[in-house]
Amino acid sequence: MNHRAIRAIYLFEMARTWRTLLQSIVSPVVSTSLYFVVFGAAIGSRISQVEGVSYGTFIVPGLIMLSVLTQSIANASFGIYFPKFTGTIYEILSAPISYFEIVIGYVGAAATKSIILGLIILATAGLFVPLHIHHPVWMLAFLVLTAVTFSLFGFIIGIWADGFEKLQMIPMLVVTPLTFLGGSFYSIDMLPPTWRTVALLNPVVYLISGFRWSFYEIADVSVAVSIGMTTAFLVICLAVIWWIFRTGYRLKN
Amino acid sequence: MSPIISVANLSKTYGSGFKALKNVNLDIKRGEIFALLGPNGAGKTTLISIICGIANPSEGKVLVGGEDIQTSYRKARSLIGLVPQELHTDAFESVWATVSFSRGLFGKPKNPAHIEKVLKDLSLWDKKDNKIITLSGGMKRRVMIAKALSHEPQILFLDEPTAGVDVELRKGMWEVVRALQQSGVTIILTTHYIEEAEEMADRIGVINKGEIVLVEDKATLMQKLGKKRLTLHLQGKVATLPESLAHYELDLCDSGATLVYDYDTKGERTGITSLLSDLRNAGIRFNDLDTTQSSLEDIFVDLVRTS
Repeated sequence: MNHRAIRAIYLFEMARTWRTLLQSIVSPVVSTSLYFVVFGAAIGSRISQVEGVSYGTFIVPGLIMLSVLTQSIANASFGIYFPKFTGTIYEILSAPISYFEIVIGYVGAAATKSIILGLIILATAGLFVPLHIHHPVWMLAFLVLTAVTFSLFGFIIGIWADGFEKLQMIPMLVVTPLTFLGGSFYSIDMLPPTWRTVALLNPVVYLISGFRWSFYEIADVSVAVSIGMTTAFLVICLAVIWWIFRTGYRLKN
Repeated sequence: MSPIISVANLSKTYGSGFKALKNVNLDIKRGEIFALLGPNGAGKTTLISIICGIANPSEGKVLVGGEDIQTSYRKARSLIGLVPQELHTDAFESVWATVSFSRGLFGKPKNPAHIEKVLKDLSLWDKKDNKIITLSGGMKRRVMIAKALSHEPQILFLDEPTAGVDVELRKGMWEVVRALQQSGVTIILTTHYIEEAEEMADRIGVINKGEIVLVEDKATLMQKLGKKRLTLHLQGKVATLPESLAHYELDLCDSGATLVYDYDTKGERTGITSLLSDLRNAGIRFNDLDTTQSSLEDIFVDLVRTS
């Protein structure tokens, strides 16, 4: 194991985060605060409670997941796409480092960044609404699992993308709608039965449901199913990455 | 002594069906400077990319320091430093950070003293804290060499190291390369500048259309293929040459003021003595003469044309 190489990639990626602190941390925090103002204060004042929790408090786990999902994908896809774009990928490919180690470096850094971000948003939310976390360990476990899984997904997008447009396409056209329709701002029980069934096809529902359970012990689907679905997505991403490196897809010609 | 790089029956066919390399066999000796010459698209960069792990071979085998580049890639790659043709750099990193990153990537423990030495050798020390984006093209090129040397490689690949570099800087680069060779590093360089190969290389390989056309010691190559040219500056202008001189295939230049004779140094007889005697018999006199060895460039152009 070339642990020094993993460390080099990880620290390099983290250094990029600190260099672009405003974009990486401050902007998601600002946009989350805006969600609180709009959804929590303006709309929340008209919705009394959701399953015994005030609306402002109810949306906190969904908002954190929204940012963690999108930021994990953005960080990881950009992290691997940028060396491809500038050509510096030559150095990674010619270094005595295995594919597995490359993934640990890039995905580890992307996931770390979004976990930090998730915790910052959690703290920011604490300023707006009272929070109580029933299962902090499970909360962290969901946060880490989601961050890692979607960083892997972002890594795949970064390798697949051969232009900035493609890099933006999946997050914009697929992930954002799935997240908004995944119960960030509402319980899927509020939906009519038909739409509820449709919503269950959305993988993000399981993430948000499980994550919300760790906060308030309320969930749209059972926790075991949430963990199972997230893990299944993780395994699919790992399988795709294994295939990418085995074939050299979009990396080696 | 076993070669430090051994390429056997290497072929590369791209997805488009284009054959970039055709059954290439090549051995690089330890400690030499090997120049790989070839026109654009000849397969130079593809060959280097495969040896360094950036492209996959279609067929064949490459050993680096006795290690197979595919089954024992860690050992093989850790011996190699690569300076690619294009200036691929991280614009917003400092020189120090990017060079240190490369060392880490190759699994070497931190060694600020070594990085300092590399940067000083490449006259980059006073730029160590500068962002790469602020550097000139020549400096960026040197940053890339510094990155390649950061992990103390035994082999250094320089793919067109002096492309787009001014004459003075090019000479500075040659000095760096020579100093590296003296410290025991094997250097493989590809170049368009024949004078670079002529100046630097111990051996020369010529690649054309994906095939190695020739590999030879530079001196032997020059001697073997080199032609010499005898130029006679005539006392008076000559309009036509007499029939008795026809078999020398002379060229009359400068409106008949100079006479040029190409001869082969390989041949047992150069024909110079009889030419001079025949000239005297024909009444053609000259007041000066000089000879020149044909350059590597002439040899190269000949080879590529005939291959």
